[in-house]
Amino acid sequence: MIEKDLTARAENVPVIPARSEEIIELAEGEKIVKTRPHALLPVVTNYCPGCPHGIMNRLVAEVLDELDIEGKTIGVAPVGCSVMSYDFFGCDMVEAAHGRSPAVATGIKRVHPDKVVFAYQGDGDLASIGMAETVHAATRGEKITIIFINNAIYGMTGGQMAPTSLPNQVTQTSPYGRDVHTAGFPVRICELLSTLDGVAYAERVCVDSPKSIRNAKRALKKAFECQIEGIGYSIIEVVSTCPTNWGMTPQKAFEWMRENMLPYYPLGVYRDVKADGFQDIYGAAAKRAEGCPIAQPPAANEGSK
Amino acid sequence: MATNKVLMKGNEALAEAALRAGCRFFFGYPITPQTELAAYMSKRLPKEGGTYLQAESEVAAINMVYGAAAAGARAMTSSSSPGISLKGEGVSYIAGADLPCVIINVQRGGPGLGSIQPSQSDYWQATRALGHGDFFMPVFAPSTVQEMANCVYDAFNVADKYRTPVMILADGMLGQMMEPVVMPEPIDPATLPEKPWATCGHGGERFHNVANSLYLVASKLEEKNVERFKRYEIIKATEQRAETFLCEDAEIVLVAFGASARIAHSAVVTAREKGIRAGLVRPITLWPFPVDTLATTFDTARAYLSVEMNMGQMVDDVRLAVNGRAPVEFFGRTGGIIPTPAEVLAQIERIAAEKGLGGCCCTCKNSDEA
Amino acid sequence: MASTRIVLAGFGGQGILFAGKLIAYAGLIEDREVSWLPSYGPEMRGGTANCSVTVATEPIGSPLVLDPNVLVAMNQPSLDKFVDTVVPGGFIIADSTMVPNIPDAASLANPGITVYAIPATELAEKNDLKGLANIILAGKLWECTHFCERETLSAALAKCVPPRKQHLLEPNERALQLGIES
Repeated sequence: MIEKDLTARAENVPVIPARSEEIIELAEGEKIVKTRPHALLPVVTNYCPGCPHGIMNRLVAEVLDELDIEGKTIGVAPVGCSVMSYDFFGCDMVEAAHGRSPAVATGIKRVHPDKVVFAYQGDGDLASIGMAETVHAATRGEKITIIFINNAIYGMTGGQMAPTSLPNQVTQTSPYGRDVHTAGFPVRICELLSTLDGVAYAERVCVDSPKSIRNAKRALKKAFECQIEGIGYSIIEVVSTCPTNWGMTPQKAFEWMRENMLPYYPLGVYRDVKADGFQDIYGAAAKRAEGCPIAQPPAANEGSK
Repeated sequence: MATNKVLMKGNEALAEAALRAGCRFFFGYPITPQTELAAYMSKRLPKEGGTYLQAESEVAAINMVYGAAAAGARAMTSSSSPGISLKGEGVSYIAGADLPCVIINVQRGGPGLGSIQPSQSDYWQATRALGHGDFFMPVFAPSTVQEMANCVYDAFNVADKYRTPVMILADGMLGQMMEPVVMPEPIDPATLPEKPWATCGHGGERFHNVANSLYLVASKLEEKNVERFKRYEIIKATEQRAETFLCEDAEIVLVAFGASARIAHSAVVTAREKGIRAGLVRPITLWPFPVDTLATTFDTARAYLSVEMNMGQMVDDVRLAVNGRAPVEFFGRTGGIIPTPAEVLAQIERIAAEKGLGGCCCTCKNSDEA
Repeated sequence: MASTRIVLAGFGGQGILFAGKLIAYAGLIEDREVSWLPSYGPEMRGGTANCSVTVATEPIGSPLVLDPNVLVAMNQPSLDKFVDTVVPGGFIIADSTMVPNIPDAASLANPGITVYAIPATELAEKNDLKGLANIILAGKLWECTHFCERETLSAALAKCVPPRKQHLLEPNERALQLGIES
């Protein structure tokens, strides 16, 4: 059934004729150690060569496979380079307007609280036009998972300044470099969101080496588990690159990223309420508001009334 | 008194009727004069196992509706004029993704922040272009609290049937006023027809569903839009709704919807007492515009008068429908002013005098004793 | 009267909207055509409040009453604002505790208007009915118009007082009767 539907889809997206494992002839002694994840459809993506979106799409799919949740997951695609990802992921998908993914994801999750909902967003989408939706979904503690690809530039529209473009970074719309006196400073999303009580897990990762990719996958899995366990909102920020619009080779882009982006956007866990010893965001929030009687859970409040 | 007849505000009747129509997901944002609707939902929905969510903005609210509608639920949002403008983006995406939902606009005066008093100045926005792109949406315009309750059912049914956003266009007067109302029988959401297109998780049972309005191949988008407009033709042919009052022999036909129709109705009654053959066509759907009902007046009508609470918007649709058969005039008040029956009557009398119709000494059937 | 068109006006908090609702409910109980329309917006916060109530035998056109046959005024600005809209033969019922300048019927533009000056707020306080001046005036309104049966009015009161505030029913009923007899 999947193959038949994909053929009908071929007008939109080029389809890889069959799953890779079926067309590889193994010689004696050879074995397949890695195949395309089931949750990633056998289609050709629209990403530029060397773009980390391909890695991240795959990691998300691998996590859906490993947690065996493709069938109960609904993904929300953004506007940006990954806009077409609704054609790449095998789970049910909804395409949102620019920046609105957290609101759309909220609507889906409220209808299906027992399902898994993720939104996959870029920096212009999440941190600029969709900042209100981002902050409020986070502070509401929506049980959703956000995958945030931060490559410090608007990729799809051709390399304009993003909310996360670095000071003095040259882009199409900051041709003399981002002047912090007129264009202000970049937004650090993990730091910002970690101040909010609704956030259960926030971690910043990158995917510039096999080691960091494995680490990113671990973080991603943790974020999904956090949602499944009902702990709260989770976000994984991926410090990424844009070889095409940065005008660099993929290797050079990773070098530039390590040299300039990582000092500004340090990797690591920014919030983990479970590691802090709380069952969920509600316990953590109550503790944080310890001196405020009205903010305590009703059970703890009963005595005082 | 019918035991199930209660006194209710229009805003509350819309909310209660939505609940009874199986809507369990409401996403709103405070704005006068629709606030009672959201407040009612916030009180009732949690007790019905539903979700009331006060969004961070109108923009977020409509996108939550988009998500909930894609997920297969009957979902609704409500606002008033300035807030509806903000929802325009989301409505366009919902139309483009062929998703059903209901949007309520309890209109107030505009443009800009305008006033908070009743108005009908969002007619064009509702019937022409709430958002960008090639699309329409059915628009219901109730004129009593009872009709507000009833049309919520129609709105959800039409939305589900044609997979389209549907708007209920009310105004501050209808939203705030109380009238007796008998609530329709409740529907259990579990008994509503299944939505096989919903993005609710495929469970390994089917290929993935996608809710989307993006088509990068031009021919594909054209195909999609043409298909949607074929559906619009069916809607135009089958979903027009209107009511006529004293139109059988009407020479002066008033056309008015919602709150202004109530005033036009009073003016027609008085005009008849004065011997003027006036009648009223009251569109209940503004899109599709009830051209078929209007056509039934062509034989007798010598003039049309569109009565609106704006600077003249629906009058365009009346002119298109009448298509030069008779002059089409306009009377309206704007800014939040409700026209009076006396003002409308004066217009009817002026037209009657100009056309030499009824009400003058020779044909006077009048009267004061009537 | 085929149609009773009422404007009730005063300060926010005087119970103008509630008195209007009581009248509307009485109409509903007798299966008449009824509408109730409040003023809304910033004036709700401590400013003037008013509402239009119509009880009729024919379907009601505009619920906004521009030509009332009864005006109930609970403050001076409200009386001044609506006094000239009352139709010939109509009634003006003013709370004289709150409205110092109540015009003579003879000085009004329209003929045949009956003006009642009822010290409703004072009466309420004297009779341990604080806050029920609105109901006293509603009683007077009924006495002027007989827009419904007397029992209906009590039945409407029972409907309007929420179940958790049933202890307020008795004072409300007393206020109503006090108004009728004043």
